[in-house]
Amino acid sequence: MSVSVTPVLDVRDLKISYRQADKHTTVVHGVSFTVEPGEVVALVGESGSGKTSTAQAVIGLLAENGRVDSGAILLNGEDISGWNAKRLRDIRGAVISLVPQDPGSSLNPVATIGTQVREILEIHGRLSRRDADRKVIELLTHVGLSEPELRIRQYPHELSGGMKQRVLIAIAIALRPALIIADEPTSALDVTVQRRILDLIDDLRREYGTAVLLVTHDLGVAADRSDKIIVLQGGRIQEQGKTSDVLAQPNSAYTRKLLSDAPSLAAVRPRPTIEHGRADTVSVKNLVQDFSLPGGRNFRAVDGISFTVRRGTTHAVVGESGSGKTTTIRALAGFQKPTSGEIRIGDVDVGSLQADGLRQFRRTVQLVYQNPWASLDPRQTVQAIVEEPLLNFEPLGRQERESRVRAIIERVGLPPAVLSRLPHALSGGQRQRVAIARALVLNPEVVILDEAVSALDVTVQAQILDLLAELQRDLGLTFVFVSHDLAVVRQIADTVSVLHDGKQVDYGTVEQVFSSTSSAYTRELIDAIPGNRFPRAGAARHAISAGPTS
Amino acid sequence: MTTADSLSALADAAEQPTRSRKPHNLVAALRRFPYGLALAWIVLALVLLWIIVPGLFTAYDPLQGVPGGQLKAPSAVHLLGTDSLGRDLFSRIVYGAVHSLSGAIAAVGVGLVVGTAIGLTAGSVRGRTDDVLMRLVDVLLSIPTLLLSLSIIILLGFGTFNAAIAVGATAIAGFARLMRSEVIRVRGSEFVEAAFGSGGSFAKVLWRHILPNSLTSVIAYTAVQFGWAILQISTLGFLGYGAPPPTPEWGLLIAEGRNYLATAWWLTAAPGLVVVAVVLSANRISQSLGRSTR
Repeated sequence: MSVSVTPVLDVRDLKISYRQADKHTTVVHGVSFTVEPGEVVALVGESGSGKTSTAQAVIGLLAENGRVDSGAILLNGEDISGWNAKRLRDIRGAVISLVPQDPGSSLNPVATIGTQVREILEIHGRLSRRDADRKVIELLTHVGLSEPELRIRQYPHELSGGMKQRVLIAIAIALRPALIIADEPTSALDVTVQRRILDLIDDLRREYGTAVLLVTHDLGVAADRSDKIIVLQGGRIQEQGKTSDVLAQPNSAYTRKLLSDAPSLAAVRPRPTIEHGRADTVSVKNLVQDFSLPGGRNFRAVDGISFTVRRGTTHAVVGESGSGKTTTIRALAGFQKPTSGEIRIGDVDVGSLQADGLRQFRRTVQLVYQNPWASLDPRQTVQAIVEEPLLNFEPLGRQERESRVRAIIERVGLPPAVLSRLPHALSGGQRQRVAIARALVLNPEVVILDEAVSALDVTVQAQILDLLAELQRDLGLTFVFVSHDLAVVRQIADTVSVLHDGKQVDYGTVEQVFSSTSSAYTRELIDAIPGNRFPRAGAARHAISAGPTS
Repeated sequence: MTTADSLSALADAAEQPTRSRKPHNLVAALRRFPYGLALAWIVLALVLLWIIVPGLFTAYDPLQGVPGGQLKAPSAVHLLGTDSLGRDLFSRIVYGAVHSLSGAIAAVGVGLVVGTAIGLTAGSVRGRTDDVLMRLVDVLLSIPTLLLSLSIIILLGFGTFNAAIAVGATAIAGFARLMRSEVIRVRGSEFVEAAFGSGGSFAKVLWRHILPNSLTSVIAYTAVQFGWAILQISTLGFLGYGAPPPTPEWGLLIAEGRNYLATAWWLTAAPGLVVVAVVLSANRISQSLGRSTR
């Protein structure tokens, strides 16, 4: 590339602030970077780092109370930061386009796929209806959508998440823009789908020479896909440079921390093997779960799954959406009666429990949910949330109850001051700690973690994983850890079941499954872990050993 | 019913401006001050004072006419003029507040308690109970409200309190539907499952989690219904099904005044405007409640 080429995007000293009530809060403090033609630049940071605000400012779609305070946004050498909505509308789609974050809510549910793709052609081009239709089918074929003639007559709800994202990409590339902004394009998708979508963006970029500004929180994705990486923290650039340089020799402490926290990039030594002779705490034999569909048919969500978990160890249940992993753990936690098969936790046969036995059984098994924003009652204080299980089971005096709650809150690493707060005043990581405290306050034997770290930023995720490991070591807890993220599983689990379409395709110790799996599906999942192209040189996270037997 | 529409509209409305205490923001604070909302609260407070201490506002007796002072136009002596029997209209409006408002409160109370109970049961038990209860609610909804309240009054007999029950019965369906949908939303959320998971019994979870989290929009709806109930009770009063004649109920005042519309328009206009002001204030306050609780 010659030096004289003007960059597609040249952001200079960008400052963005949001107005709330009468106060202006600056969220982006003087960010400058360039994107050359055909280059993939990754904007990496945690939530609140200003990466999305920066991307929105570039395409002129800041929220209503946001504004660009100073700085310039040069698109092909022209400053667009002061442009009005009408002028910006003309370049959106044509010169610069957006692949939004959530494919599930980014398509109009009442218009067909064909109409929505044709819309962008009609807004900007003066194509005849027949030409436009042909172009739509061409585009959909191009993004790898099967049977495009059928798809154009379908509605978004008839497509899977990955297919919807392909449609959105087709819309984004329809007019061959010079720059595509991809805002977390794959974070709502399964890992294998994620890989295919990223491959697609890569191919299209190579073919059209389009530059891509990839906004992501996942350093693994950035490592694999970008030429240049920009690390943002608190609205300031911590570091930028060629991806390989930044990852091999990070200059800022923050980048180093991100690198060591990212499960897909950190080299992990395997956990020490479990000695034989530990008792089985959980044993699942031939679990089958059917759901009846309207029309009298049955849908078999889980089909003959068996595994055992030894006391004080962690068993991971891995699979993509629809694999039956959630159904499995809901049966395990006693929320559903299995159609057939046996689940034993300790000496209890979970399937045979009746109402009151089930209530008592909940003392031994607790569930921590994926989304800490939804699993805590928004109207209760942390104190009320954590003491609720005690109120249900143990008739303690007020004093003792409060001291138990305080002790468990401190145990999960929160200051006692949070006890009087409501969940909305806490961060995501703090909320998840509260959810863990609620699960632990009854001293259960088994804790089921349903994607318990998936909704969190990498640094927070690493802290929660450390906390879980520490709790296991100190309290001898048995974990059943559900995840779609094999990188995390590698870090925390002793044994693993891989589920695919309700069947268990792989089962064994983490080491066996990762190094010598027999199943093609598991292989594909392992290969799809982002960050594979990046040589593992980063600081190794310490391996986490299993808990004691008692 | 348009109340459902107004509820959804208030959800979309912009964020309620917050007042700032800093002096350099005084101008901005003045500009942002919600004058309409303040006015609404003032109107309701005034009407409330009319109920508690009517004697403070007027010296006239609402039931005793002044001989020879019939149908006087508004003046300094009679602020809003006098009616056909020489009674001071302003005094009748002030003393009438207690009848109209207590009726409205009773009506909303009936609708709130019964409707919420039906909605809570239907939404949390589901299954056949839900079907039966909601089909009953559908039957209630299918009868025109005025027809329904008239039938109930004819069954119960005339009177302020019976009119309130009749109006309340027509509000049950709306409350039940709203409450049921809220309960179903809350019931499906993870924190409710988590509560069952930590060993809560059905009644405990219902009381600790489902009820408080479902009530927010029901409270906003209550304020809307309050305005609507005043309107309905006045309508019944106007039609002669509410309080018996000497009572200075607002609907009745309008009804009595309409015979003199050509010669003494203020007899209908003044109580009519008071009803409008109270109804609008209740709606405005309901909007602000809906916003702050969301």
